[in-house]
This record gives sequence, C-alpha cells and structure tokens, in this order.
Amino acid sequence: MKSIAELEAIKKKVLDNVNLRKEREDGIRVVVGMATCGIAAGARPVMTALLEEVSKRNLGNVVVEQTGCIGICRLEPIVEVFVPGEEKVTYVKMSADKVAKIVTEHIVNGNPVVDYTIGKAEN
Amino acid sequence: MDLYRSHVLICGGTGCTSSGAEQLIGEFEAQLAANGLEKEVKIVKTGCFGLCALGPVVVVYPEGAFYSMVKKEDVAEIVTEHLLKGRIVKRLVYSETIEDDSIKSLNEVDFYKKQQRVALRNCGVINPENIEEYIAFDGYKALATAITEMTPQEVINTIKESGLRGRGGGGFPTGLKWEFASKSVNEQKYVCCNADEGDPGAFMDRSILEGDPHSVLEAMAIAGYAIGANQGYIYIRAEYPIAVQRLEIAIKQAKEYGLLGENIFGTDFSFDIGLRLGAGAFVCGEETALMTSIEGHRGEPRPRPPFPAVKGLWGKPTILNNVETYANIPVIINNGVEWFTKIGTEKSKGTKVFALGGKINNTGLVEVPMGTTMREIVEEIGGGVPNGKKFKAAQTGGPSGGCIPASLIDTPIDYDSLISIGSMMGSGGLIVMDEDNCMVDIAKFFLEFTVDESCGKCSPCRIGTKRLLEILDKITKGNGTLEDLDRLELLCNNIKNASLCGLGQTAPNPVLSTLRYFRDEYVAHVVDKKCPAGVCKSLTNFEIIADKCKGCSACARKCPANAITGEIKKPFVIDKEKCIKCGACIETCKFGAIVKR
Repeated sequence: MKSIAELEAIKKKVLDNVNLRKEREDGIRVVVGMATCGIAAGARPVMTALLEEVSKRNLGNVVVEQTGCIGICRLEPIVEVFVPGEEKVTYVKMSADKVAKIVTEHIVNGNPVVDYTIGKAEN
Repeated sequence: MDLYRSHVLICGGTGCTSSGAEQLIGEFEAQLAANGLEKEVKIVKTGCFGLCALGPVVVVYPEGAFYSMVKKEDVAEIVTEHLLKGRIVKRLVYSETIEDDSIKSLNEVDFYKKQQRVALRNCGVINPENIEEYIAFDGYKALATAITEMTPQEVINTIKESGLRGRGGGGFPTGLKWEFASKSVNEQKYVCCNADEGDPGAFMDRSILEGDPHSVLEAMAIAGYAIGANQGYIYIRAEYPIAVQRLEIAIKQAKEYGLLGENIFGTDFSFDIGLRLGAGAFVCGEETALMTSIEGHRGEPRPRPPFPAVKGLWGKPTILNNVETYANIPVIINNGVEWFTKIGTEKSKGTKVFALGGKINNTGLVEVPMGTTMREIVEEIGGGVPNGKKFKAAQTGGPSGGCIPASLIDTPIDYDSLISIGSMMGSGGLIVMDEDNCMVDIAKFFLEFTVDESCGKCSPCRIGTKRLLEILDKITKGNGTLEDLDRLELLCNNIKNASLCGLGQTAPNPVLSTLRYFRDEYVAHVVDKKCPAGVCKSLTNFEIIADKCKGCSACARKCPANAITGEIKKPFVIDKEKCIKCGACIETCKFGAIVKR
C-alpha cells in the first residue's frame, strides 16, 4: 500500500457489496416475485439479469430482493420498483431482455418504463 | 467483484462454532448449489454477534432476518423458502424479533437496544478473514490519517484527550502510557498487545480477535507510529485456536497489502507484528510477566518501577495495551475526540464490553456505554435471571474483582464506581449469581483458581492465598469459627499490601467483597453450621417431608447411593450416612417432598 488513494479504491470496490449489511432507510428496492407462480413463469432469469445489470453499473444504493406471491399470477414474472418518496411501479410479464431498459431508464434516470407497467399491460 | 443479492452471515465465533456453525456453512453451500443460487447468495463467516446463548446464529441480509439455534436440518428450509422464494422462515427466527407477525430490526430487540457497539463494531458484520471487507468499513483509514497527516505527538494528544482508559482491568489512561513510552529515548521500542485473557468467564478479547483482527493490527501500527516503534508483538494464549488462526491470516493479508511492513503509505514509517503464543498461565496477563514470557523465560512478574514504558521487553521502552483498548483506537481517530468523549461518564469515556455469564438468560457478549447500570445489563440486556429465581449478586473482574450485591444493582458501571464498592472493572467478565449460589463457595471457587495460578515467585501470594483457601475450606466444611472471619480479613489485607504483582494484590478481592456484603452468610456457616443456599455439602442435609411424600419410590430408584428406602405408598426416608448429597432425588420428586436443610 503506497498511497491513501489505493486504500480508497479498495474501499469503493468492496463497499457496494457489503453495504447490503447496513440498515438503510434510503436506497432503491427492486423486488422480484419469486413464489411458485413467479418462478414457473421465469422469474429466475429476470432476477439474474437484474443482478448483473445492477452490478455492472455499480449501483450501490440498489437492493434486489425477492418476495412471495403478489396475487396476480397470470401477469408473472412481476418486478416492483420502490423509489423512496415515490409511488411504487409494478412491471409485469417481465423477461430478462426487458431488464436493461428498466435499469437504465427507471433506476438510473428516474423515468419509469410505462410500456412494461401493469397499467399498460391491462389495457 | 460479483454482486450478490443476499448475504448469509454465519457466526464463526467460538461459541457458535462449538454449537455447530461449521457444519451449517457446508450445508448452506450444498443447498445453495442444489438450488442454483450460489452466484446470487453469498455466505460470509463472521465474528461473534454477542447472543451466544442462541447459537448458532445466522443472519440473512438485506432483510436482516436473525435466525437463532439453527440446525443442519433447518438449512434446506431457509434456502428453499427464504433465499429462493423470499419467505422468511418465522419458525426459526429469534422470537424477540417477531412482533405482530412482522420482522423488526435487530436494533430494537431488548438485547441490542441499549448496546452501543464501538469495539465490537465489525463483529458479526464483516468476514474477519477478508481484509477488503475491513477496508470497506473504514479499515486502515485511521492508520492512513495518523501517519500521513498527524505528528506522533498529535496522535498521542488525540488519545489523551479522548480519555480512553485501559480496558484490560487497571484502567490506566492509554494516552499517558503512550506519552511515557514516546518520551523514553531509545532506538528500539516495542508495542505489545495483551491477548492473554485469563479470567474464567471472560471472552471479549477473544471475540474481537476472532471477529475483527485487523482493528487490533491497525491500532498497534498507530501506537508504533506514536511512540516510535517498528515492531509489535501480540501475546495470545494457544487455547484460542480460532483467534490465533485469524490473526495469522490477518497479519499475512496486511503484509500483502503493504499495510504492515516497510514504508507504509509511502512514508518512512515501517511496522511489523509477530505473534507469540502463551501456554495459558493467568499470571502472564500481568504486564511484566507477559513480557518475560515473550522473551522466552518462565512467565513471572518483576517489580515495578522500572515501568515497561521505560524498561520493558528486552529492556527497551514498551507499551502494552489490551485487545479491547486497541480496538477503540481506530474509531477514535476516525470519528474524533469529541464523538468519543460524548459516550460514557465524566471519568470513564467510551464503552465497555462485558462477557455475560452465569445465571442469566442471554449469555453472551454485550457492549454498553460506561455508566450503564448493572440493572440495565442484567435485567434488560441480559433478559434477567432464569427460572424465576432472584438476582443475588454479580461478580465483575473475575478472580481479581468482587461481587456487586442486589442492593447495589443500580450502581453505574465505570472504573471508579466499581472500585468504590470494592470490585473492579477487570477485563469485563460478568458472572451473574442467583439465590442458589453460596457466596462462601463462590469466594472459595475463585481462590482455588488463584492458588492454582499463583506463579510462586513471592510468598504473600504463594503462601497467603493457600492459607486463605484453607480457612475458606474449613468454613464450608462447618469447622469455622468467628475468629476465622477476622483472620480472613487480616490475611486478605496483608496479601493485598505485600504481593509483588497484580495477581496477588487482587486475589483476596472476592473474599473481601463477599465478607463485606454477605457477612451473614459467613456467620451462618460458622455459627449456625448452615449453608443458606444449600450448596456446601457438609452443611446440607436432604430430607423427605413425610406429609408430602406419596411413596412413589421414584427417588429411591434414582438415588445412586441407594440411600433412600421405604414402602410403596408410605413416606420414604433418606439415610443420612449413605447420602452423597447429589440432589438427584430433588429433581426426580414430582411432589416437592424433598428439601435441603
């Protein structure tokens, strides 16, 4: 270790990963429905894609969680995005190739992808 | 580095390891692989969470679900339900964390609510075998600040102003100790760490080393910079294999990352640390004996002065601090003096870690601000005394300390209040006793320990403690007299005044403090020839109350000495000659017909 910059670099690299263990109020939660219905409809590749995308972009303030059945099994896989202070956004009939768009437009830039939301799918 | 969506923290402290945590790790790995989750869920072996009574402990993040007493068979359920489907297995979650069917944060549980984790900040949070996780939680930042931005004197001033006092027992101001050593002029100086935790029932230093070894290494390097030393030694007992192993890993990693070794952070400062394993003698926790042992001699103390800061290891100026003291140093430098001095009382700053043991529900490790009362620790954090029994006393400071009786349960715990009531902080063992404990027997227990552990170099300790034990033994056998009580007191004071080192000077404390607060129990032993708690076998008789006995013969069948006889459906009797007073009959009797008198 020859400089403080090196130490900071290591800290930055690892922090996103260990941050998960701190209790936090802020930060964006992305929740994937992973009950039997969700898994059967293909929630797992969606979850994996989300993780890859979040990790690729070093989004330290994003937590990917899973949850049980939300109740509308016919629209699975379902992903809900909770941004603090905003109403949650529910994406339905998700697939792995839709993930990148949601992460870039919604999570990073703050513009929900209306086309994929439950409101749109039902109309 | 791959991002995991969930972390499974499994306690790898000694307590949980002995209750089977190692097998859990293997089982989790197997189950995660079977469910294809190994890339999404990370298993982290951490240090102690503190709630050893509920081990093995497993915590799953981001939810923060606190699973307690997890068995190997439960792992599959946690993986398929919680990690796969997101349904927390409530059956296995620590019941205190469930309220109205939802999981509440661990910090709101009684056990953690009043705690403030400073020395234990990373225990149960990071993987102690991974230096990068320590760095992520501000590790080695204090060292960087100290050696690149501060002068050695500034470091010493910071520690002095923080009011940090030695956590090993004596409570000597740490900054002052460093200043003495820095003023001693010598080209070779040493920094030592006392990890020879010897009090029966104390395990906080062990837990810090197991859970956060780098915090000690970092602090020792800071100390080295402050006093002008380039070599450190950690003296640790070989009886702590997990701590030794993690320290070895930590030292190796710190060297690989250049955080120990030559020219740290590109400065002129170089520092190295070596491990020295002790064989587990209590006296080697005494600073001069410890250094004699590091030098390769038999661990015996020598008179002070000269103090180690002037003439220590190999005759060179040396500072010696305890593990917990060191664990506080990096936080003080990172968070500042002002932050630290806000915690605690006027003369005792910061927090103290206690190892809670004995008759208490939540056996484990707790860290509280100085000035917290014994009642808060025992009743609120510790969850009180089990089986509805009454709190009788708590022993602080192990064999060197004294007892705090129920009447003083509201005493704030800090260095000075404890000394004023005849006890001492010690390293922080806290043994809780209930009404079933005989105080004479407790004093005898601690004396047996000190007699065994006396190194024999000075006669007040070697002979005096032996004579003390003989008198106590005589009292517990029912042969004591009132004069013996006076003799005990006189002898205690002589040993305190005349012994060479801390071991002898404090060895009479358990006797003196029990005499002070429980003299009536001593008197009952010598005058009435009774042991009120029914512990001293020679003074206790087992009897069957004829009115209550149904004549079921359960006790007679259980008695290992065949001392109980009688006819079925008629009251049985115990033959006092044959009775070995093991108490098996009392546990067997469903009618409460057998009593100790």
